[in-house]
Amino acid sequence: MDTVVLLLITGLGLGALYFLVASGLSLIYGLMGVLNFAHGSFLTISAFLGWEVGRRVSDGTWTGLALSAVVGIVVGAVVAALTELLIIRRLYERHIEQALVTVGIALASVALFEGIWGTDPIYTERPAWLTETTEILGARIPNDRFLLIACAGLVLGGIVLFLRRTRYGLIIRAGVENRHMVTALGIDVRRSFTLVFAIGGAAAGLGGVLASVYYGYVSAHLGSVLLIFAFIVTVIGGLGSLTGAAIASVLVAVLQQFANYYLGGTGDLVVVVALAAVLLVRPRGLMGKAA
Amino acid sequence: MTAASDASARPAPGAGPILRVAGLTGRITGQTVIEDVSFEVPATGVTALLGRNGVGKTSTIRSILGLIERTGSVELGGIRIDAMPTHRIVQFGVGYVPEDREVFAGLTVAENLRLAERDAAPRREFIARLFPDLVARRDQRAGTLSGGQQQMVSLARALVNENRLLLVDEPTKGLAPRIVDEVAAALGEAARTVPILLVEQNLHVIRALADRVVVLSGGRVVFAGAASELLDDEERVQRLLGVHDASEAA
Amino acid sequence: MNRRTLALVAGGVALVVALALLPLLALDVPGVLPGPTYTPGTLQLLAFAMLIAALALSYRMMFGLAGLLSFGHALFFAAGAYGLGMILELLAPAEWPSELVFLVAILATLVFGLVLAATVGALALRVTGISFAMVTLAFAQAGSVLIRRNAATTGGDEGLPLDITHVPDGLVGVLNTRNLYWMALGILVAVYLVVLWVERSRAGHVAEAVRENELRVRVIGLRPYDVKLLVFIVASVLAAVAGMGYLLLQSGAAPRVATADFTLTLLVIVVLGGVGARWGAIVGGIVYTLLDQRLTALAGSDAIAALPDVLRVPLSEPLFILGTLFVLVVLFLPGGIAGIPKRIATGTRQDPVEPKEATDA
Ligand SMILES: Nc1ncnc2c1ncn2[C@@H]1O[C@H](COP(=O)(O)OP(=O)(O)OP(=O)(O)O)[C@@H](O)[C@H]1O
Ligand SMILES: [Mg+2]
Repeated sequence: MDTVVLLLITGLGLGALYFLVASGLSLIYGLMGVLNFAHGSFLTISAFLGWEVGRRVSDGTWTGLALSAVVGIVVGAVVAALTELLIIRRLYERHIEQALVTVGIALASVALFEGIWGTDPIYTERPAWLTETTEILGARIPNDRFLLIACAGLVLGGIVLFLRRTRYGLIIRAGVENRHMVTALGIDVRRSFTLVFAIGGAAAGLGGVLASVYYGYVSAHLGSVLLIFAFIVTVIGGLGSLTGAAIASVLVAVLQQFANYYLGGTGDLVVVVALAAVLLVRPRGLMGKAA
Repeated sequence: MTAASDASARPAPGAGPILRVAGLTGRITGQTVIEDVSFEVPATGVTALLGRNGVGKTSTIRSILGLIERTGSVELGGIRIDAMPTHRIVQFGVGYVPEDREVFAGLTVAENLRLAERDAAPRREFIARLFPDLVARRDQRAGTLSGGQQQMVSLARALVNENRLLLVDEPTKGLAPRIVDEVAAALGEAARTVPILLVEQNLHVIRALADRVVVLSGGRVVFAGAASELLDDEERVQRLLGVHDASEAA
Repeated sequence: MNRRTLALVAGGVALVVALALLPLLALDVPGVLPGPTYTPGTLQLLAFAMLIAALALSYRMMFGLAGLLSFGHALFFAAGAYGLGMILELLAPAEWPSELVFLVAILATLVFGLVLAATVGALALRVTGISFAMVTLAFAQAGSVLIRRNAATTGGDEGLPLDITHVPDGLVGVLNTRNLYWMALGILVAVYLVVLWVERSRAGHVAEAVRENELRVRVIGLRPYDVKLLVFIVASVLAAVAGMGYLLLQSGAAPRVATADFTLTLLVIVVLGGVGARWGAIVGGIVYTLLDQRLTALAGSDAIAALPDVLRVPLSEPLFILGTLFVLVVLFLPGGIAGIPKRIATGTRQDPVEPKEATDA
């Protein structure tokens, strides 16, 4: 029982991380048709800069962490928005080229990060509470999982509110369905492209800082690893669906944890098998719009 | 047909055509779908754009709006709009009712309408009067509406703003006869204040609404003139549109 | 055959002969090659470049011809390299004649690649466009994980050294780099011919039509799925062949060749060279490999070390330069290197790739 609880909550924590990456990926793809390989780089740069600022101000304290999170969010949003404005936009509606250009950005940026911060992971200091555990139903749960889950919950709630309550949210929801019709109603849908990039970048930025808490280090490859799972999550959840991304994040991460524990560390493989199974039964994903 | 719909009586002196299309060529994924299309839409009344299936009517409308790659010149009220992006053209005063409605299925009726509102003072009462059914269903998801109701939403999206021109693509496609009449009535009402370029297959509706017709064939304009001139010529209708005049036969 | 094709064929043959003669010559191209063409170091680099070119060629067939944007091509290259490596190791104790064992190992690897390609292709092709890209990426990732995790059989992060028990002597050792070079050239030519054959075949034409307009092909009664699967399998098996060559040339396989980054590198090569032409992939492969090697050499040079940090850090990362170059090519040089002559000829700045609506599931 306690093992199951541990695996479930740890899975939820990892799922929270996946969701922070996948939510942006899914929205960006849904609205613009862009598969954003640079998304992992938004995460990594935010993690590094968040860490650099946090440790200088107050290393290993809650203040430091909060500051890191704010820096991460801002950096993620700004870098993502600039990427859209300066590069993606030039290739408007050319989806393959857009994906290619983000591949180039990803390769170049990871190399640059390696150049600046080295190839080895840099271990980070965390507030003491986060390194301790709390007992729930006999399971000793690492406290950082709760932070991750809470943050992802807030982000999910925030994005949902934004999508439901604001005019830009309305435009984005409509655009995910049919962006040409949105322009045909006299709306400059490109402005919401930048916005979606910024939102996705902010979520990924927060994800970067939280990933450094979860793994206990920052590294140039932090984003690349998470990105692949986030891709899988987005496909399973259904491209363009935020709810789908949330559900799939949890499913994938929990499945991964259980397989790692009970099936001898085969989590990554089981996830790929799950992906294949979903595609066989339901090619558009759990919540994706009909093809 | 009244004398007012006579082509020679229009355009009224001083007021040029609202839309002037010249040498318009449209491409979809590199393939030419319309070629060198030229015609004018007068500043009042309904101009019907006709032609057999697949001749390029929808493509013409979409080219005017910049929704597909195009070359040639398009003037709205004497101003070139062919270099503008779609949203600018629409903001310039063009209402669009697309073929197959294209309502946002996941959004509610109210949200569909709210999205379309561009003016500071959108004409909500006018819409409510024209389509009372939509008021009752404002919180229903547009995807769950009947075809006729979806068409009302699509029309309402265009009519909620003051426009200088409406582009309406097959608004009666696949609708029950009673709904066809309702849609036609709404268009007739709208036409009193705004010129309309209407793509329509139903000759009955064309007869009731159109003042002028433009006929496409093989991606080009083959006839442009008064509606009566074409519609009274059974043989020509048959040849150009490939349809029997059902309203005549009935 | 008209005169143009004849000239092209003659030119191609002459080029292959010239390449075949390189190891016997002492050409020195300072700045491009690390030394004269007969030296093992240079031959090794050139052979590697040709294998990468062969791999890029197979990737181009999938992406350029059939429009399949796969992010998992590295999986099949790795399947060739690791497959052959593991089978050779497995068969090392076997008592049969070495030639036979070597042949059996190669055949078994081919079958393995074929089965893997058919399985992955059949599944991944159930979706199209960007979803297809992601699914292939996921499979490749699984392969990469498998290789890293099963250190006992694959060598894990250390890589898999080549077990030379049954490898013909002529393909072993620095002194025989020449033979390995010829082998790489042979693989490149063979892959080229197969690709040419597929592209000219009925299936190739259909694949091209599928890329342009899937709907129309469906209308004329062919199943786009079958054609795409065929192209996918052929391209994947060719990648496995290149992978086997790589194992022999490098006397081992490194886990890097199974990663998503390696596939992305391939994509960079193909786009850099130009998706529009076969020779683009070859030129791209060779240019990229040489550039990568030279940039790495440059990164370690004193000239770079003396620069201030702002310049030194980016310039000492070859992938940063290549990635940036790639972004610039996509933005400003659609059509890649292979597109340049046409651009000059027509004087047009127009983009040969039409903006296309994605038809994703
Ligand atoms: N997305 C597309 N890809 C390729 N060809 C297209 C596409 N859309 C339309 N076409 C082609 O363009 C031509 C004109 O189509 P269009 O929809 O404009 O005709 P239409 O006159 O509106 O027909 P209908 O009366 O059936 O609505 C047709 O031959 C059609 O096959
Ligand atoms: Mg039409």
